Amino acid sequence: MKYRLQEAMNRLRAFLHKQPLDHELDVEMAAHLDFAIEENLRRGLLPDEARRQALVSFGGIEQAKEQHREARGLPALDILMQDLRYAFRTLRRDRAFTLLAVLILALGIGANITVFSVVNTMLLRPLPFQHSQELTWLAGNDGVGGLSDQSYRVDVYEEIARHTRSLYDVTAYVPYYDYSDFKLTGYGEPKPVSGVWVAGNFFQTLGIQPALGRLFIREECVKGGRPAVLLSHVFWQRQFAADPAIIGRALTLDKRAFTIVGVLPETFDFTAVFAPGLKMDFLTPIIFDDIRTYGHMLSIMGRLKPGVTAGQAQAEITLLLAQARGQNPDWDTDVKTVITGLKDHVSGNLRRSLIVLWCGVGLILLIVCVNLSNLFLARAAARSKEFAMRSALGAGRARLLSQLLTESLALSSAGVLLGLGFAVATTRYLAHQGSIALPLLSSVRVDGAALTWTLLIAAATTVLFGLVTGLGISGVNLQKALKDTGHGMSVGRKHERLRAALVVSEVALACVLLVGAGLLLRSFLRVLDVDLGFQPSRAAAIKVDYDDGGNRARRGAILQQILERVRAIPGVETAGMSDKLPLDRNRSWDLRAKGRTYPAGANDDAFVYVVTPGYFGALGMHLRDGREFSWQDTATSERVIIINQAAARRDWPGENPLGQVAQGIGDSDTRVIGVVSDVRESSVEETSSPEVYVPATQAQPDGENLVVRTKLPPEALASSVLMTLRALNPGQPATEFRPLRQLVDHAVSPRRFFVSLVTCFAALGLVLASLGIYGVISYSVARRTQEIGIRMALGATASQVQIGVIAKTLRLALLGLVLGTIASLALSRAVASLLYATESTDAAVFGAMILLLSTVALLAGYVPARRASRIDPMVALRTD
Amino acid sequence: MAESKLDLLKGTLDLMVLQTLATMGSQHGYGIARRIEQVSADKVLLNQGTIYAALVRLQQKGWITAEWGTSANNRRAKYYLITKSGRKQLAQDAAYWHRLSDVMGRVLAMQEEGGKR
Repeated sequence: MKYRLQEAMNRLRAFLHKQPLDHELDVEMAAHLDFAIEENLRRGLLPDEARRQALVSFGGIEQAKEQHREARGLPALDILMQDLRYAFRTLRRDRAFTLLAVLILALGIGANITVFSVVNTMLLRPLPFQHSQELTWLAGNDGVGGLSDQSYRVDVYEEIARHTRSLYDVTAYVPYYDYSDFKLTGYGEPKPVSGVWVAGNFFQTLGIQPALGRLFIREECVKGGRPAVLLSHVFWQRQFAADPAIIGRALTLDKRAFTIVGVLPETFDFTAVFAPGLKMDFLTPIIFDDIRTYGHMLSIMGRLKPGVTAGQAQAEITLLLAQARGQNPDWDTDVKTVITGLKDHVSGNLRRSLIVLWCGVGLILLIVCVNLSNLFLARAAARSKEFAMRSALGAGRARLLSQLLTESLALSSAGVLLGLGFAVATTRYLAHQGSIALPLLSSVRVDGAALTWTLLIAAATTVLFGLVTGLGISGVNLQKALKDTGHGMSVGRKHERLRAALVVSEVALACVLLVGAGLLLRSFLRVLDVDLGFQPSRAAAIKVDYDDGGNRARRGAILQQILERVRAIPGVETAGMSDKLPLDRNRSWDLRAKGRTYPAGANDDAFVYVVTPGYFGALGMHLRDGREFSWQDTATSERVIIINQAAARRDWPGENPLGQVAQGIGDSDTRVIGVVSDVRESSVEETSSPEVYVPATQAQPDGENLVVRTKLPPEALASSVLMTLRALNPGQPATEFRPLRQLVDHAVSPRRFFVSLVTCFAALGLVLASLGIYGVISYSVARRTQEIGIRMALGATASQVQIGVIAKTLRLALLGLVLGTIASLALSRAVASLLYATESTDAAVFGAMILLLSTVALLAGYVPARRASRIDPMVALRTD
Repeated sequence: MAESKLDLLKGTLDLMVLQTLATMGSQHGYGIARRIEQVSADKVLLNQGTIYAALVRLQQKGWITAEWGTSANNRRAKYYLITKSGRKQLAQDAAYWHRLSDVMGRVLAMQEEGGKR
């Protein structure tokens, strides 16, 4: 045993010190021969004979050296090194081939790792909380409707928290993030910061420990307690340069002093999970008693007790709330609770998109494999003589195959490395796309799981194209290959058939990708084309800070003054204000026609916008009937509202809503004075719900957004508008000047994300397919040079030759197209649910795909066809 | 088939080299080869070159050591010397060979006398 180890070490040492050992052996052997010659001379032989006999009895010098090397070193490793060296040499010689193969592989693998990382982050990996599979999400109103519908009253939350037996812990946060938009003062000019209100036990329920300081304590979560905040890690770094001494210091938010009690860990990103695409600077405790009467204010999460399923919790909570409703008749939507896993709530609606994306990128990998096999086959054909020669010189088949495998391994390693670099770059880029409303996007990265996945697909790829190539080689007959000049020999023909089959499958795969991408792209264009009910271009919004001391009359005067000054800015066409913007955060109240009886359980929600005169114009909405608000609608005049067409249809069907009296908006009755067009309030893709507009002088707005419409690019007005606001109110924070376009972009960003990725993949697939067609056709042209030469010598014209080659191309493409179209028709149903206003059998998409692929195939075939038609018969017949 | 024959040959040569070094003391490659040829009365066909593979093998196992020296006629050569563990190994292998050739001799003798043909 001891000897074995020592021997292994010695062998390794010998392997690493090849040259000095070889030299030593040379010297030793020379001495050996000298001794032998001397002895022979002493025996009386002539010098020449003495030398000859010495050499004879020594035997083969090279064999002895080889034996020596084998005995002392690591022969298997030597062979591998030899193969590798040879592989690199041949790959370097075929630079174009190598570059192409590595690039194709890198693109395919890179795209796969990137998509896997995204899928892994959003779908496979558990949420970044402790035992996150136990976390559940509670949604009211059967999980449908806007935020106000699905969120809960404080009393309901407390009822659940107090009595549940299936949930270990229940926590909540306020999902109306603009309730918690604050003005930070004391650090230079006033700054807008965002916070979110969370229940005191929020972090304990999710299992999060602060990076610094501590979590909220009981006294900070009750009425009259000391206001406290926990900073997000990013905000702590950005605003306070990661100063650890910040704990215990005061933070002035909206003129109130909050104590910084801790900093959250870097791994906790509230928005990534609960509010993708937004930013959140700090968290502060909900004082339940302050918001008890505000209605639906809370989003609720719970942690299941060990061994309890979501279904059991659902049954228990449904029963619990149904019993409690007896004493609380106004708990309407709250009672219709649906419990799902938190993960499902966060990314469940993305599952299908992600799976489609994953399949798409898998198709790319298949196309890449097919393409590489094709390239390798072409090369193997070109090298068949080399292999025949080597095997004639005594190389065994295993040795040749191992040489081939070494080459494909070297290639795929290079491709994988490059692809990995590519994936790291793309994932890093994606992780910094803060404005895309996709959950957990910021934590997308190439991690251990992605690396494992990479290894897996790399191995699969290598085996796949290595095998196909091996298949091509092993059929080669030695003598035939040496004789084969490439003109109609059986091996050549067999290769060509295999390659044609590969190209057909490549075209078919590209078909499926193109159809998928085409359908999604068409849906996306349809989404962009949707009549939003307002004009997002050439308008921008900015949050306005003002102090009315809670006096409605004063508020009217202040707002009127702001609007007058802003409208006087050159370039401003019109301006208006609203507390909420469409496609942004929303809130709903009840809306009912007075005197009408509604069936029990009927949905009477309406989205509410508290606006000033001029808002409709600024947003580019259309007044259908009646009049707009004016400054004569004051706190003391008649309460008025304007409704949208959806509200008119629901609450006054078949009637003229103008002049009718409505209930539910505020404490008293309100009169409908106008009807405006529907605005897409919560999603671009969903039709509008009933909407109500209330004058800012008659209701309490939640903050105020100034909307400015201009002829100039909106950004050009940013500084002048802010200056005007500052002149009126020095405390105006430097809030963001948001083009309304941004709201729409944010709303469609997930769809844009998926469409761009799938379109990229389809383009890649198209390029690869055309490369494949080009390769096969140009190879067959090169092989038939002589045949074409003879035909031309016999009178075939250049155009006949061209047509012949192009016809062959189109035959391949057509076969691929037919197969691909059939496959697409079968598979497109899988994406049907991802489409918007587009049939999964959309004729335009299929037509465009067929046209595009045939054009590309034609082009790919035209280049070699042209080359064929330029063949000079004399030259062609003389070569070879 | 070719491999098993080579194995036997290799083992034999290694043992011969060990034995030669044990009896002759420090010796260079040519000397060892010549000695084996003389002792076997030129009955083995030895390619002298193959001795070097055996030498490096024994060296790596630690059974012999080597160092450069000068011959009687002032020529630089590598001299090999058997080690303690080499002697131990030699004793073991020699015993094995004696037993094996003893058994082989008896088996073959049995075939000559009692073989029914």
